[in-house]
Amino acid sequence: MSTAAPPVASDERLVAIGLGKRLLTRPDIGAFLGAIAVFLGFSYFARDVNWFGDPAIWASWSDQAAQYGIVAVPVALLMIGGEFDLSAGVMIGSSGLLLGYLATHADMNIWPAMVIVLLFGLTIGFLNGITVVKTRLPSFIVTLATFFILQGVNAALTLKLTGQTAIQDIDTAGGFDSARRWLASEITQYDFKVKVLWWVGLTIVGAWLLSKARFGNWIYSAGGDPVAARNIGVPVARTKVMLFMMTSGVASLMGIIEALELRSMQSKEGIGLEFIFIICAVVGGCLLTGGYGSVIGTFFGAAMLGMVQLGIVFAQWDSNWTFTFQGVILFLAVMLNTLIRNRAQKAR
Amino acid sequence: MIVAGEIGNGAPHLLQVENISKYFGSVVALNDVSAHANAGEVTCILGDNGAGKSSFIKIVSGVHEQDEGRMLVDGEDVRFHSPRDARARGIATVYQDLAMCPLMSIWRNFFLGEEPTKWRGPFSRLDVALAKRTAREQMAQMGIDVRDPEQPVGTLSGGERQAVAIARAIYFGARVLILDEPTSALGVKQAAIVLRYILQARDRGIGVIFITHNPHHAFPVGDHFILLNRGRVIGDYEKGTVTRDELVRQMAGGAELEALTHELEGLTASE
Ligand SMILES: Nc1ncnc2c1ncn2[C@@H]1O[C@H](COP(=O)(O)OP(=O)(O)O)[C@@H](O)[C@H]1O
Ligand SMILES: [Mg+2]
Repeated sequence: MSTAAPPVASDERLVAIGLGKRLLTRPDIGAFLGAIAVFLGFSYFARDVNWFGDPAIWASWSDQAAQYGIVAVPVALLMIGGEFDLSAGVMIGSSGLLLGYLATHADMNIWPAMVIVLLFGLTIGFLNGITVVKTRLPSFIVTLATFFILQGVNAALTLKLTGQTAIQDIDTAGGFDSARRWLASEITQYDFKVKVLWWVGLTIVGAWLLSKARFGNWIYSAGGDPVAARNIGVPVARTKVMLFMMTSGVASLMGIIEALELRSMQSKEGIGLEFIFIICAVVGGCLLTGGYGSVIGTFFGAAMLGMVQLGIVFAQWDSNWTFTFQGVILFLAVMLNTLIRNRAQKAR
Repeated sequence: MIVAGEIGNGAPHLLQVENISKYFGSVVALNDVSAHANAGEVTCILGDNGAGKSSFIKIVSGVHEQDEGRMLVDGEDVRFHSPRDARARGIATVYQDLAMCPLMSIWRNFFLGEEPTKWRGPFSRLDVALAKRTAREQMAQMGIDVRDPEQPVGTLSGGERQAVAIARAIYFGARVLILDEPTSALGVKQAAIVLRYILQARDRGIGVIFITHNPHHAFPVGDHFILLNRGRVIGDYEKGTVTRDELVRQMAGGAELEALTHELEGLTASE
């Protein structure tokens, strides 16, 4: 212990980094700027309506964005933790159908039925997670299997139990109105959805978890270098299983919200959304290899996709262009992420 | 060959392994290996690539479980099922791959798995300010001035990263510090700096286990040398009972090397 510790003060090697450059190493900034660009773009293309100032238009795209953004929060955390969940979309359908079945055919009150649905979601997430952790198979494959299994179950079981391809009249259940008020009502005269508050709230919780909680450090390391993380004492397997449970659990919440909002549930509901969630997360800076990303960025990713969806309607384009837009956004986001990642690694 | 026993005064070794074997399928990675480490000493484990050095320390640090043999800490039988068990016993390891996430910041890596928190229960949160300050202070003690604790570890030099890993292990109260080939990826100057960290840790009373394939790095810092070859202990020397040249010779396979040298000399002579 002979070396004198150099002073821990300011250092001439610490060059002041320009604001612009600092922003470029933040994964959420690109998503924010992208959302602004899309917003401004449609204020031109959808100029026949008052895209800028009409609260009803804000209400409709934010409704769509919340639809994507709620589940995108845990999907982003899961991706940062190094895994995918392709069953996150179909879980919305499974959960909504289960709620509908319990409410209409099992004559349950909606509140206990909601608890059962959430437990169902957590269980599926646990099974996904434990399978991935134990078999070490890529989660892409494991959850693709879950996706297809549930897709079949949703369609076949709904038809068998109800004789139809949907479950109707969910609003006949006891407790429906109070549950709907909390989860799926409109909160202002312009029809802003309470769902939007859930989206914002979950984003805040997710961002807090990632940056301020111990669990956040574990998520980063589980995706960044799982072997290293385990060797240093991080419970990587537990972290991953919990992330899968969060993803399926929130997808179940989304299923509940949809069932309450629509008062019925189609057996095909939710299918295809799994990729939208992943696009939101990628726009939010999440790397496909894990270890990096942002929940706030994912929020703006969902906002962007919500605007695109509604913007195309208001601009009176063929709605099939939505897919093309989503593809272009995904591509640009991946390019930008690669740039940002290289900057973060090489920095200064 | 000297059989590993107890220290002079009969006190148990800080860490002792007896007759450990490890198999990976049909590969015998370790065969009946015994060794020990004492506080305030540097124990060098020398061996060529594939000798079983990494397998050995992975058992000691709880990554793998041994198939045969036993392990004692302070004379007490232990069995580790995870790296957490080993850490609870004060055994900290700096792995060859350093166990760091390159995209994570210095302070997040420094506290990985041992994050400081404030408040309890559901509001428990990282004490980020404390973590950043401590990481800087500890690195300064190793003679490295961290410019910005938010800097991703991937942007540090090899020696600096090694220092983060060693500082982290020492900070978390390591009694046994295991370093797996800490100098192998470094240039001459940086390797010398890492050797100095090893002596610093030793002077703090830590039992250092230094794994290397380079006898020139081991000789100046080691108190005790164990040579591994093909999973077996082929030599076990206290400092002063072996010369540097003897270590080099043993490492290179002794007689085999001499034969090879002759052959090479023959080749160059005939040109
Ligand atoms: N996880 C593993 N699975 C199978 N074989 C392994 C594994 N780890 C090490 N080995 C084998 O055990 C032997 C010793 O390897 P290792 O301990 O890494 O040697 P060293 O660190 O001395 O270079 C090698 O033959 C290696 O291929
Ligand atoms: Mg090795």
